[in-house]
Amino acid sequence: MTDIIQKVKNLSIGFRSKKGEEILILKNISTNIKKGETVGIVGESGSGKSTLALAMMGYVKHGLYTIEGECQFNSSNLLKMKSKDLEKIRGRKIAMIPQNAGQALTPNLKIGYQIDEALQLHSDLNEKEREKKISELLNKVRLPSPETIALRYPHELSGGQQQRVAVAMALAGTPDLLLLDEPTTGLDVTTQAHVLELLNFIAKDTGTSMVYVSHDLGAIAQVSDRIIVMYSGEIVLEGPSRDILKRPIHPYTHGLLKSIPKLSLAGLPESMPGSQPQPGTIQSGCSFFDRCNFSDENCKNNSPKLEFLKDLNTSVRCFNYEKLVNESQASQTVNKIKNKSQDKEILNLSEVSISYAKQKLLDQIFNRISDDNPTVKDININIKKGETIALVGESGSGKSTILKSIAGLLRTKDGLIRFDENRNLSSDLKERDPNDLRIIQLIFQNPDESLNPNHTVEEIIAQPLKLYFGLKGEELKKNIVDLLQKVRLGEFYTSRYPRQLSGGEKQRVAVARAFAAKPDIILCDEVTSALDVSVQAAVLNLLQQLKEDFGTTYIFVSHDLAVVRAISDRVAVLYQGRLCEVGPSNDVYKFPSHPYTEVLLGAVLEPDPDIKPKLVAEDIVEERPPEKGCSFQGRCSRIVGDICKKEIPPWQLTDSGNAIRCHIPIKELQKEQF
Amino acid sequence: MLFLIIKRILLGFITLFIVSIITFVGTEVLPGDACTTYLERQAFGEQLEACYRRLGLNVPAYERYVSWALNAIQGDFGYSLSGEMPIKDVLGPRIKNSLVLASAAIFIGIPIALILGIITALWRDKLPDVAISTVTIFAMTIPEFISATLLILIIAIWLEWLPGIVIVPTDVSFLELLPNIILPVVAIAMIMTAHMARMVRSSVIQVMASEYVQMAILKGVPYWKMVFKHVLPNALLPAINVVALTIAWLLGGVVVTEVVFNYPGLGRLVIESISNRDLPTVQALAIILASIYVSINLLADLLTLMLNPRLKTLQIRK
Repeated sequence: MTDIIQKVKNLSIGFRSKKGEEILILKNISTNIKKGETVGIVGESGSGKSTLALAMMGYVKHGLYTIEGECQFNSSNLLKMKSKDLEKIRGRKIAMIPQNAGQALTPNLKIGYQIDEALQLHSDLNEKEREKKISELLNKVRLPSPETIALRYPHELSGGQQQRVAVAMALAGTPDLLLLDEPTTGLDVTTQAHVLELLNFIAKDTGTSMVYVSHDLGAIAQVSDRIIVMYSGEIVLEGPSRDILKRPIHPYTHGLLKSIPKLSLAGLPESMPGSQPQPGTIQSGCSFFDRCNFSDENCKNNSPKLEFLKDLNTSVRCFNYEKLVNESQASQTVNKIKNKSQDKEILNLSEVSISYAKQKLLDQIFNRISDDNPTVKDININIKKGETIALVGESGSGKSTILKSIAGLLRTKDGLIRFDENRNLSSDLKERDPNDLRIIQLIFQNPDESLNPNHTVEEIIAQPLKLYFGLKGEELKKNIVDLLQKVRLGEFYTSRYPRQLSGGEKQRVAVARAFAAKPDIILCDEVTSALDVSVQAAVLNLLQQLKEDFGTTYIFVSHDLAVVRAISDRVAVLYQGRLCEVGPSNDVYKFPSHPYTEVLLGAVLEPDPDIKPKLVAEDIVEERPPEKGCSFQGRCSRIVGDICKKEIPPWQLTDSGNAIRCHIPIKELQKEQF
Repeated sequence: MLFLIIKRILLGFITLFIVSIITFVGTEVLPGDACTTYLERQAFGEQLEACYRRLGLNVPAYERYVSWALNAIQGDFGYSLSGEMPIKDVLGPRIKNSLVLASAAIFIGIPIALILGIITALWRDKLPDVAISTVTIFAMTIPEFISATLLILIIAIWLEWLPGIVIVPTDVSFLELLPNIILPVVAIAMIMTAHMARMVRSSVIQVMASEYVQMAILKGVPYWKMVFKHVLPNALLPAINVVALTIAWLLGGVVVTEVVFNYPGLGRLVIESISNRDLPTVQALAIILASIYVSINLLADLLTLMLNPRLKTLQIRK
């Protein structure tokens, strides 16, 4: 057929282990990409999805090699092509939009040059025409004032702008096929929604085929016509987007969709046990066997083949898919969380301001901070014992900054942090006594960086036990094993090093370390955002279980509104270091809400092709908070007049006890939001 | 930007000031002084008093520091004790000789180091890399006094191609000096080149593995264009500071090599004046060497700042 643009045939890619074994990253992949269609490739980290996308450009990473199979483009195999010929296809026929544009743009070259380079290589335009074309391209990806932006260096742009530049660069060669490798991961929710909308527009406008690789089913759902689900280097499910999302007939996809927290559904999603096997560890049987709820003896010994079901137009790799055919995805069950907060206040922030401004010498000498427009200002929150309060906002909203100050890692400029109603916590770590330090513990975003790679799990968990309780010998050992069991890790983990653990296991160790101090408050800084979706649900469930057992209070920072919805009792929405809205999570997620909350909620991507994001405001990035007036004035679509620019908005209470800081009366706010 | 430069220069002067105090105090607390050293056994009574008066050592230390510092700023470091001549006359030819040695080593060593480093990185784990890397690691590990001695043995004594040690007056002309410096330059350049080549290699490899280089390949940029446009400018930036330190190290006197070859440079002068207890010369040398380090590092920092767009905007925003 002529409308096939790229044909992947029996492709296996792997590497040779130190013992000389051949280990497969991709196992016998075959698929076709048709002209004008957008194919989503979804899978967890390590499923081989990026390797597949790169192979479609004839690129195999250092250390890997093609074992067999072909990637045919215009009936020539890219994997056997000479680099001279590949240079003519890459960028011109097939272009790549990388995951992290910030790292993928060369730092010493102006972005205008980098786009120009693609034009020089792949078009016959002269200098004048190219200059015009650069402006056109930058316009097309909706970057403001193209002429000046072309003269900037990559680091002078925001994350969203960098990603747009990468898109412009890929479009420069007018390719027939665009490969997108997690193009929106790492962007803010609102930016992500805007970039996806742009990509959809470009797909329609230019008729380019796209291969969209992502771990995020929400993003995949918004763009793709067809979805390929990968697990452990194999295609396990392939079919039309809607069918796959609405009625997944492979147990992995089924479980994956169930484990994603949804905005519309409060409570913790069911989690999938275990994690994806390491390459080379599966000897026989189905690679999903260990984690599957539908498996039997047959699955253990025989590997299923990818089977094409004509009536469903879907290929599936499972012996027992029939069990799933009739089950509807709508039956997602969640464990509703009980709000166990007591009336007793445990932590109170009053009038807290935090400044990052570099202080003048005189101020440094007198040990004071002066800044008229601090990064974080006027934070008043009181937190009840046993509740989970979430701080949400985009990057730069000050949510992590506030956590750092509570932990004592960052000095506050003004305001008080009070523990247990009467004890003032100094914002300077050095002035806190050991007990102050013990009561507040942190769990960080990335366990790879927060666990010392040279310590065993035992040493990591032993540290707080020794430091705060002086435990030794048998007692110490017993406590460590107890804690490991609490986070559902066995005793045999004690002698392992972090590098021998999976991402989810590492984060469990970090959780165990935090609980070892028997803290009253645990600060969770984006604890699940570095984890795969199926693992995320398990960690959230674990955190909830531990909280119920120990009565701990969580302060949960996240950019993911669906995750926050799942776990928190109360939510505080922040913009530019100022509070916009505070209230019980049920109410914050219901309208009326602050215009900024509306923007955030609108931008959430649900793994459902029928729920489209609503783009309310522009995704401008503001460098610093405005000097006067409402913090959100720069992006608000509902400004009522000069008052927004001049006066700080008052707090208004809704009927349900939700506090919104806006000049628009509550009733008015409600009108347009339904 | 200008503000930044002025600030850095001021900081440099403060550093020098502190160095001068430390050396002054250091020479002050050492037992004995210039006069006792000079007069040896006659160092008592009238003669000692007279010597103190002549050298101005009878006034309090801080006054001596002030007058010494004021003179030093004008380039007058006083008199050397052993040679009984103005220190600046002693230093002049030595600085010139050290400069000759250092610049020869720099002009030969740096280009070779860059080329070797880039070749080994681009052909990583292939034959050129394995061959060159073996040699550079070998050159790095042999101490310079051994390689220098071996060079003398082979080139000067067995083959008799070049003079083994430098026996010329300190103020000899450049052309007469030239054959004498070849062996010392080779000895220094070997170790310096090896170090720098290793550094450049790892820096280039790191950039080659970066996402933006992968992106350039996927964009269809031809290999050598990619190397020169996307790889080298980013990989060589961190090399500037290493080059600067190497230059400072060279100018500051490669003591061991100078001693082995009997080369009349600053390094040997340091050794000589310390063993002669020629404290004024030691003080002058300390200040001069410190100024060399400070100014070359300052230059390197400013150069990096100018070439790295990221740092430039960062500084201006602050």
